[in-house]
Amino acid sequence: MDYFVELFFSGLTRGSIYALIALGYTMVYGIIGLINFAHGEIYMIGAFTALIVSTVLSIMGFPLPAIIILTALAAAIWASAYGYTVEKLAYRPLRNAPRLSPLISAIGMSMFLQNYVLLAQTPDFLPFPALIPDFAFMERFAGVIGSSDLVILITTTVIMILLTLLIKFTRTGKAMRATAQDRTMAMLVGINVDHVISVTFILGSALAAIGGMLIASHIGQINFYIGFIAGIKAFTAAVLGGIGSIPGAVLGSFILGLTESFATGYVSSDYEDVFAFSLLVLILIFRPSGLLGKATIEKV
Amino acid sequence: MNLSAKITGFCAAAVLALGLSIPAMAADTIKIGVAGAHSGDLASYGLPTVKAAELVAADINGAGGINGKKVELLVEDDVCKPEVATNTATKLVSEGVNVVIGHICSGATKAALPIYRDANVIVMSPSATNPALTQSGEYPNFYRTIASDDAQARTEVDFAINKLGAGKIAVIHDKGDYGKGLAEFAKKFIDESGKAKVVLFEGITPGAVDYSAIVQKIKRSGADAVIFGGYHPEASKIVTQMRKKRMKTVFISDDGVKDDTFIKVAGKYAEGVYATGPADVTANPVTREYREKYKKAYGDEPGAFFDNAVAAALALTNAIAKAGSTDPAAIAKVLHTEDVATPFGMIHFDERGDATGVGFTMYVVKDGKYEQVQ
Amino acid sequence: MLTLKDLGKACLIALWFVVLTFPLMVIKVNPIDRIITWRWHNMLWVGLGSFLCYLAGRIWLARRDVRLRRIRQGLAEEKPPLSRRILQNPAIWRPLLAAGVLFFLAFPALFSTYQTNIMITALMYVVLGLGLNIVVGVAGLLDLGYVAFYAVGAYAYALLNLHFGLGFWTVLPIGGLLAATFGILLGFPVLRLRGDYLAIVTLGFGEIIRLILENWNEFSHGPSGISNIPRPGLFGIQMSLDQSITYLYYLMIGMVTFTIFVVNRLQNSRIGRAWFALREDEIACQAMGIDKTRTKLTAFALGATWAGMVGVIFAAKTTFVNPASFTFLESAIILCIVVLGGMGSIVGVIIAALVLILLPEYLRAFSEYRMLVFGAVLVVMMVFRPQGIVANIRKTYQVEEK
Repeated sequence: MDYFVELFFSGLTRGSIYALIALGYTMVYGIIGLINFAHGEIYMIGAFTALIVSTVLSIMGFPLPAIIILTALAAAIWASAYGYTVEKLAYRPLRNAPRLSPLISAIGMSMFLQNYVLLAQTPDFLPFPALIPDFAFMERFAGVIGSSDLVILITTTVIMILLTLLIKFTRTGKAMRATAQDRTMAMLVGINVDHVISVTFILGSALAAIGGMLIASHIGQINFYIGFIAGIKAFTAAVLGGIGSIPGAVLGSFILGLTESFATGYVSSDYEDVFAFSLLVLILIFRPSGLLGKATIEKV
Repeated sequence: MNLSAKITGFCAAAVLALGLSIPAMAADTIKIGVAGAHSGDLASYGLPTVKAAELVAADINGAGGINGKKVELLVEDDVCKPEVATNTATKLVSEGVNVVIGHICSGATKAALPIYRDANVIVMSPSATNPALTQSGEYPNFYRTIASDDAQARTEVDFAINKLGAGKIAVIHDKGDYGKGLAEFAKKFIDESGKAKVVLFEGITPGAVDYSAIVQKIKRSGADAVIFGGYHPEASKIVTQMRKKRMKTVFISDDGVKDDTFIKVAGKYAEGVYATGPADVTANPVTREYREKYKKAYGDEPGAFFDNAVAAALALTNAIAKAGSTDPAAIAKVLHTEDVATPFGMIHFDERGDATGVGFTMYVVKDGKYEQVQ
Repeated sequence: MLTLKDLGKACLIALWFVVLTFPLMVIKVNPIDRIITWRWHNMLWVGLGSFLCYLAGRIWLARRDVRLRRIRQGLAEEKPPLSRRILQNPAIWRPLLAAGVLFFLAFPALFSTYQTNIMITALMYVVLGLGLNIVVGVAGLLDLGYVAFYAVGAYAYALLNLHFGLGFWTVLPIGGLLAATFGILLGFPVLRLRGDYLAIVTLGFGEIIRLILENWNEFSHGPSGISNIPRPGLFGIQMSLDQSITYLYYLMIGMVTFTIFVVNRLQNSRIGRAWFALREDEIACQAMGIDKTRTKLTAFALGATWAGMVGVIFAAKTTFVNPASFTFLESAIILCIVVLGGMGSIVGVIIAALVLILLPEYLRAFSEYRMLVFGAVLVVMMVFRPQGIVANIRKTYQVEEK
């Protein structure tokens, strides 16, 4: 039973890591129906910015709480700027192009950003300082769940709730939903669609940056390639839960994380990814729009 | 310029560009190919070999060459990819190389070797450790100045069982060619020893965001020691998560982990980790001589496999000089029979092509540094 | 042509990029030794680069606007694009085609074995591109796991040869058939999915195939791969390396010709029209009485067949296969070929494959920047020329009035 609990918490940690990234995918997809392949790269850039800023700050002798807050702020601001720029350069001109064009553009952007960081920084792994301290009260549970796991879990939950509230109740959220439902109609009722899409990208990128900082601090090392691997998994999770749906992305991430964890624990980690992708195929066969996705009926 | 003129111009330019890239046939020299990863993410493994070959060639040419002929190096990049390596090998063969130093990665070497074998070219790798390269007997033209993975696995297993007295051992690998091959040998040796049991044998996914599930599994298996086959990025993640979960299981790994980056990344959690690596040869005069030369020429410390590459370059040039020709059979005979002074002492090559006297020893991380275990 | 306002805007944009790239381009930290390196000169490059890029883009747009306005006012004639002018004028494309054919036929005699070897690789990608073109370009099904079928073909030859000693010519059709079978296997579950869901499932499928090859040692020899695969034979004649590469080259030329012929015929056939219809509008397509299931499955199967056959050739060429050759990046490159060439356009795919595979080989000196440029080219192409290098010309019919 203990083993089950341990695996369960491993799965939860993994799931919440995926969820932090998957939320960005799902938001963008929900609004403009685009798989933003470069989202994983934004997450990676967020992590790199966090590493650079936190190192500079700690050399300058700031106290730890100040470092954490300033680092998170800087990472979020820069990652949002990247997200905004990427959207403007690579996706906006393609808004009315055939479906495949923005997707290819996104794959290109992802390759570009990966290699940009590789060239501007380093191809090697860099150690990432542990920004989250080991809490004393967590010592008893160290064998099951670590302090950083807990922080990631809580952050994911809080962000999910905030996002849901934002989309349900605020003006921006309403504009987002309207844009998602029918872009032309939204324009006709006076919503600045370009503005809404930019906001979506900025929000999604800021989330990814916070995720990047927390996850990098949890794993303890980063390189230019982390975004791609985590991105593909997070994207799978978003599709699993029904892409475009915020609770769906979180649910899908937890299911994916738990599946991988239990597959490793009870079967073999050799086939961890095979299980993950097989699960995806199975769910999509029976629910072609994912778990919480709405089935779209195409009208002629 | 009208359209057809434009096209003609373009075609002419294209033909010219292609034509220029055909190498000019050089004068009478001894051509030594140097193949390996010189760009891309594994470049740091391949570039020191180029530098080593350059240093040795400069020495020889400074002293008048081999039997009056200058040494010419043909440096070719294979980015450590098998499909590129065959192109590289074809290029070297078509340029008429006499011998080749390389390739760096085992997979690329394996892909390139049949081409050299068919062209009857002797190849000596400073770093390809896959056992089958020499043990399968398929490549009589292949030699290496590094011990093969089974020797490394043997060292790890002997150390775990005899020195540490481990009874239950978990064997983990990164599913890669190198890591998995090593892990399979370790498993075989443990099973054969009869003194210990493999309680877990599994592959992990490199680059995954979290390894806590596999760490829990190791914990549950009750292993006294973990033998990991793979490279340092995954090793440091696993060690960190094990230590964070307050597990004190001994961690033993390989040459891919015996890298200072591992200690830097894993920080305090790296303490007490064991890793095998080539024996310390800093006392050897040849080693010192070439490391000094490197420092003088490039200003920093030589990188991975530098000593092995120096050994390969010295062994090959010595064999050509002693044989008095570039006839492969004559070179092979010298390689097998005559000792040559290298950074690893006096070595020659056994009938399979492995260098004698090149082995592995165990290192342990102590106060943030790798130290040889006595 | 440039106003002061443009210059001001260019300055603002340059400033934006300088700030944007500041942490990553200027600061480099070493977190262990706690050393910060400031690289201020990079700031200058970024600023200057983005300033000039913006101005160049501005000038290009302004000139295009001027031309468009003149066309609208009837002052200038609308010129069809270069590619179309070439393709529609037999006096130009016939000699061009003849020159191309001659060049490719004489290639091994003109250039070294190494160049020939690279050209073989490029030709393999031509066939792969044409194969994927059926699925993505013609039928409009986004397949991100195309490399799986390539792997099926390669391993089919490697394993059948290892265990049963089957020769290249026997396995070539078997590899194609096996890949087609896998294509149908993948096709069935994803029939109901569309667009992006299809993309992720095919991506997953590709990964599953690779992972199985990596992990199932007893079957596939795991990550260390299978070596010593024989090159294609010719009635049992012993060939030297040079000869066998030349032979493989002509074999590949034959393969490309065959592919072009078949794909061309397919596109103009009943099933080809059905694919186009499916791509344009699934519902309308069904309403016209086209069997959607069969049409999709044939697209998957026929697309996969080519990958399977090229896989066999790949195994025979490198004489070594391991799972590392079949990663997602490979699928992405093949997809780029199709998209860059112009979806559905055969000529375009051929040109794109040659450019994308050959250019990096000859630009080794810039190899560090290779992938960076690659990514940038994709984005720029999509933004400025989404129809690809050579836009597909759809058949048009004219009814003459009596």
